[in-house]
Amino acid sequence: MTAPDPGSLLHPVAGCADLVPRHVVKARLLGQDLAVWRADDDFVNVWADRCIHRGVRLTVAANDGAELVCPYHGWRYSNRSGNCAYMPAHPSDAPPRRLRVPTFRSEERYGLIWSGGSPEAEPPRLPHLEGEDTLVLRALPVNAPPDLALQGLLEWPCQPVPAPGDGASISCDSAGPFAVAVTARTGGTEEAVVHFVQPVDGGRCVIRPVMRGAPAADRRLSILRHHARQLEELRTRLESSAGSPVAVRGPSTPLQPLRRPTATAVSGRAPQLEVCVARKWLTAEGIAAFELAPVSGQLPSFQPGAHVDVHLPNGLVRQYSLTNGPGLTSVYRLGVKLEPDSRGGSRCMHVSVHEGDRLQLSEPHNNFPLRRDAARTVLIAGGIGVTPLLAMAQTLQRQELAYELHYFAQSDDHLAFGEVLEPLSTGLVKHLGLSPDQTADEIKKITHDYGTASHLYVCGPGPMIEATRAIAADSGWPEDAVHFEYFKNESELHDASSFEVRLARTGQTLVVGPGVSLLDSLRDAGVDMPSSCEQGVCGTCMATVLEGELDHQDVFFNDSERAAGDRILTCVSRAGGHKIVLDL
Amino acid sequence: MTITNGRRSGAATGPADPVAIDQWYAITALDEIPIGRTVRTELLGVPMSYCRDHDGSPLAWLTQDSLPAGAPVDARTLHAPLPTLADYGYLWTTVGEPDGGLFDIPETAEPDRRILNAGTFGIFTSGPRAVENFLDMGHLPFVHPGVLGQQPFTEIVDYQVEYRSSEIYAVNCLIFQPKAAAASTSGQMVNYTFRVPHPLCALLYKSTPEDDVRLDVIGLFVHPIDDGRVRAHLFNCLLDTVNTDGQLRRFQQGVLAQDKPILENQVPRQLPLDPDAEAPTRADKTSNAYRRWLSDLGMTYGVVARSNS
Repeated sequence: MTAPDPGSLLHPVAGCADLVPRHVVKARLLGQDLAVWRADDDFVNVWADRCIHRGVRLTVAANDGAELVCPYHGWRYSNRSGNCAYMPAHPSDAPPRRLRVPTFRSEERYGLIWSGGSPEAEPPRLPHLEGEDTLVLRALPVNAPPDLALQGLLEWPCQPVPAPGDGASISCDSAGPFAVAVTARTGGTEEAVVHFVQPVDGGRCVIRPVMRGAPAADRRLSILRHHARQLEELRTRLESSAGSPVAVRGPSTPLQPLRRPTATAVSGRAPQLEVCVARKWLTAEGIAAFELAPVSGQLPSFQPGAHVDVHLPNGLVRQYSLTNGPGLTSVYRLGVKLEPDSRGGSRCMHVSVHEGDRLQLSEPHNNFPLRRDAARTVLIAGGIGVTPLLAMAQTLQRQELAYELHYFAQSDDHLAFGEVLEPLSTGLVKHLGLSPDQTADEIKKITHDYGTASHLYVCGPGPMIEATRAIAADSGWPEDAVHFEYFKNESELHDASSFEVRLARTGQTLVVGPGVSLLDSLRDAGVDMPSSCEQGVCGTCMATVLEGELDHQDVFFNDSERAAGDRILTCVSRAGGHKIVLDL
Repeated sequence: MTITNGRRSGAATGPADPVAIDQWYAITALDEIPIGRTVRTELLGVPMSYCRDHDGSPLAWLTQDSLPAGAPVDARTLHAPLPTLADYGYLWTTVGEPDGGLFDIPETAEPDRRILNAGTFGIFTSGPRAVENFLDMGHLPFVHPGVLGQQPFTEIVDYQVEYRSSEIYAVNCLIFQPKAAAASTSGQMVNYTFRVPHPLCALLYKSTPEDDVRLDVIGLFVHPIDDGRVRAHLFNCLLDTVNTDGQLRRFQQGVLAQDKPILENQVPRQLPLDPDAEAPTRADKTSNAYRRWLSDLGMTYGVVARSNS
């Protein structure tokens, strides 16, 4: 029988009990250094022990329960995905999705964490350990090659000891390529310990014994003592027969990290992800919540404030903000309010989309990014506008940054995602049942004392955003400290004009006629423009303007950005004169 | 000259890295060298020794069995001494043939400057990793919180990197610092200029609370023991009328004590010069320039050289 490739198998790398909350444990498997940590959602992460930025070991990083934080530059890496979630030197940038720590499989069985292996590999299932509790005995690192340790375990039974009596016997048997089972029998009773051998590298291993059944407390101590003595003895024998320090040989095949789908380039408006509705529930009066899980692979990473385009079964495309806090990377969680004058988007989500249904999504876009370098962050939410701000509030709370979330809603029954709001209690201020005038008065109170390094984020109905921007400006907030995201463009769009567009890079000249958008004309001319909302809200279809007057019809730019006239949202805005030149 | 340890052994193997070998290195602060007594160390993996002669002038030589540590030295009988310089308060020597003398630090000629070695630290890292850390601003709020940086003010705004007469300069580097110098009493936005005149020496110029025009100069002079161990000297050339030498040393030593555990947890210890080996951002422009500069110089000691693929 040929020995299986160790790289194709799963091996133990730690005991489950070693993974103390909020700690990171060091391990090594087949020559690969690993950082092993348990997140607050109980997921066990097995990662390469190296920050991709400047090579610092992640075993010296802080585990905040959702992310590992490198101590050198504060880079944050997300639970499960290993994606870089934040680079503090660039507080308003989303880290590129290709930035991630190599991650490895993690499985729990028999009280041990298992890693490595091909994607199909399973931890061994042994009859010796099935059907009963297990007791993980002391693990012992040995400076001897794994095969020598396996041989030694067959010859030197460490544990268990047969109870005295007639016919007491002990047997050592191979239990797979990297395990030896020791069985002790006396009369009708039988005890078993399986010694798993973790191949650290060519010259070192860790013996990890697991005992079947949890012994009574009075026997436990003597078992542990006997085990420790025997295993020490075995180590001495192994290390002396291994001779002088064994040259550390590399593994035959290096440990393969999990492959993640690489984010595809944004192209047109085509869906890029297939998800399944894992959970749907009514989170507040008129607001349905959805958890969308990937059909295969891992969801692309995103930053607080991001949204996805949902391609609905009825053919419509709608944008919904992601409410996920740090570390929630296994699903996208969003909230949809049933609009009484729904054009078919929210109604379809509420009525026609059910748990188990498949949906097509875009990758997350973020046009409402959160800066995390503010001395004070004020979040103002109107109704369902809370969704992107929930992601922000959870992030700020997790990083212990000062923030306030002012949530304006009709009543307690209209507050969405209560289970997320609950732990935010210190930063959350509810404003219930206020008239527009009362709301404006509250916003004046909230924003009256602007201080440097303060930032304001507002999301909600259009008139509320308008009012907040005006009030903040009156109170001395600079425009670049006030961030907003509209749900929709409520202004009337004018597309009667006709104008010429020159593309500086390709040299093409196009004519945009009445009733046709600049975006559509560009696409007709073969330019692959990304887009999302196509109503001047989200900013995805932005182009750089080199020359020409603009007729801005979006609700994305603030006043000074409009005045600068160097960028245009091609879905709704047009030339103000006869001709513009774009950097395309 | 024959140097053992495989780094340079004359005709036998040829120089392993002429760029690293043909440099001056600061071995130790002059006023810390015993007079007439051998001190042993290594330079680039080569065992060497040094002392001061009875007239105070520094002596350095390749380690000889006849001169164990502490042995009395007579300069007149010393066989084949290494070249030495006594500049900026340090003993400089070389195991190669440097092209000329040391880089200039004009500020050291100003009479009111405080010039001292604020500390020498043994660190298990390579010279280039130590220099890169000195050039790095992004780590200040995390590694030196409350002193050289403060969260959440972590942004590194764009700055400029220039090459001037084959040295690297990074200018207009701004960072918020709660206590930029031992003489600081409050937080301020501090403007740094970094200068790299030597593969293992870097200088930074920063505004000082005591002068509106002139700048404090702080240097890192690395003595590479081998390609994974250094002794890092912190050179101070300050405008400070407030603090004692002891206070200045305590301030710098507190800072370096925070860097040491980070540097000792970087893998590999050698600095990777391949642009894809680590993930730089815009904030890392200076270190990118430094890596490229080392690569262009042809430095191979203490680095993981670029693959040619």
